[in-house]
Amino acid sequence: MKKYDLNDTYIASFDNEKAITTKNIQVFYGKDQAFFNGSLAFPRYKITALIGASGSGKSTFLRCLNRMNDDVATVKGDIMYRGLNINSKKINVYELRKHIGMVFQRPNPFAKSINNNITFSLKAHGMKNKKQLRQRVEKSLKDAALWDEVHGELNQSALALSGGQKQRLCIARAIAMQPDILLLDEPASALDPVSTAEVESTLKELKKKYTIIIVTHNMQQASRISDYTAFFYMGHVLEYNTTKNLFTNPHVKATEDYISGNFG
Amino acid sequence: MNPRIANKIAHGVIYTLVAIVIIILIFLISYILVNGLPYVTPHFLSAPSQVMNAGGGIRDQLFNSIYLLILTLIISFPIALGAGIYLSEYGSGKISGLIRTTIEVLSSLPSIIVGLFVYLLFVIRFHIGFSILSGAVALTFFNLPILTRNIEDSFQSVPNLQREAGISLGLSHWKTITGVIFPEAIPGIITGIILSSGRVFGEAAALIYTSGQSAPVVNYADWNPFDAASFLNPMRPAETLAVHIWKLNTEGLVPDAKQISSGSSAILILVILIFNISAHFLGNYLYRHITSSSK
Repeated sequence: MKKYDLNDTYIASFDNEKAITTKNIQVFYGKDQAFFNGSLAFPRYKITALIGASGSGKSTFLRCLNRMNDDVATVKGDIMYRGLNINSKKINVYELRKHIGMVFQRPNPFAKSINNNITFSLKAHGMKNKKQLRQRVEKSLKDAALWDEVHGELNQSALALSGGQKQRLCIARAIAMQPDILLLDEPASALDPVSTAEVESTLKELKKKYTIIIVTHNMQQASRISDYTAFFYMGHVLEYNTTKNLFTNPHVKATEDYISGNFG
Repeated sequence: MNPRIANKIAHGVIYTLVAIVIIILIFLISYILVNGLPYVTPHFLSAPSQVMNAGGGIRDQLFNSIYLLILTLIISFPIALGAGIYLSEYGSGKISGLIRTTIEVLSSLPSIIVGLFVYLLFVIRFHIGFSILSGAVALTFFNLPILTRNIEDSFQSVPNLQREAGISLGLSHWKTITGVIFPEAIPGIITGIILSSGRVFGEAAALIYTSGQSAPVVNYADWNPFDAASFLNPMRPAETLAVHIWKLNTEGLVPDAKQISSGSSAILILVILIFNISAHFLGNYLYRHITSSSK
């Protein structure tokens, strides 16, 4: 396996509005350091893709952004969101996760009906009004491009849906909380090409209202849907640029090798 | 050896072994049922037992077994639920390892030892006397390890992704457990309760010295559990069906001891069979019910 210079990095900066900014993120599992230098600024209402080989730390990094690593790992560094460092013990993580939602690699709807999948967390956060709940269910299913397929069977088990439908339900469940930012951890990697296309077109629609950060190991997917791309390698961010520039004109050797399939 | 022949021999051996297991089971069950069922009449189920004369029934013993089981579950289920949730959701490292070892030791204790311990502590030391309550305590000791393990397994079988989904929606770990994990674990828990009930129902050794070997006449119309004569009074001694069978076969004075014992065995087996079969169906039914709409 080739060795790349981990100090040879190219992190472009952009002057558009940022939704969330990270500075010197480091992640430790016990004594083992899994992630070394994450300093990235994510533009608002854009899709940013995090690409890299398995084990490059992209998921680990993503999970820092809504504190999903809390019980698993130690995260050092600053994550600035709306002027607050959210990587601080003082932050109410339950409130934070309402603003920064997450969709996982494998579709994980609750073993409840389609309707209750969405209303469960809303109710838990105090929404009681039935009409309001019904409207929120309809709106999030429409935003996730699932409404037309399921509106007649909202009381059916969510487990009976197809893989792509389940994943869009998980997206609907996340956006029902009306978050600012949506984190997606390889949301299409367990899906077939048709379902993948469904999810991708849903995401393109969603970026009008949400800032999306998506982890993918599929470079075609990154180039199809994202506006910005960061390349991860062995727990380091080696390159960050607009998707177009990163794919057509990579500055770092490792990125160039990775996107040309000449890697490892 | 020729792989095809080796495969055939392996198949043959495995099928034979499986057949042995099934034949033993079928033989046992059908032997007990064939010998016992002819004596099972409405009179047999509804009459009180006799000390000296023929023609006694098992009404009180059957009720005692069921009542004891219910009391045992009322005591042991909350404890097992708490312990199971701790082990599955919160416990880690040395403490939960210690708890698991403790549970294993508890489950390997011979039931007669558990019975004698409860006899010395509760019946004698605490002056509770032979009573359903003492019996329920003994059966709780006996039941806790199985039930805790089962609840822990039911929680563990819910994929971790479900927990992450709950957490990522801003729910607390506890809310995720009660709202997401527990409902999914319910079918497994119910199955476990019923299966462990079968074992509790058939337990005799732990009860001989705790709930006693006598079945006093009780009043089934008296619903006040604090009345001495009430059938619900947990402080009265209560011979269960399994203890009754044991007693009839060791010191039974009634002339039809053998018949009553056979009939009782048949009833015992039938009840346990019903427990096992219903556990299967109820588990499936609940799972379907919980996952689809709950209006």
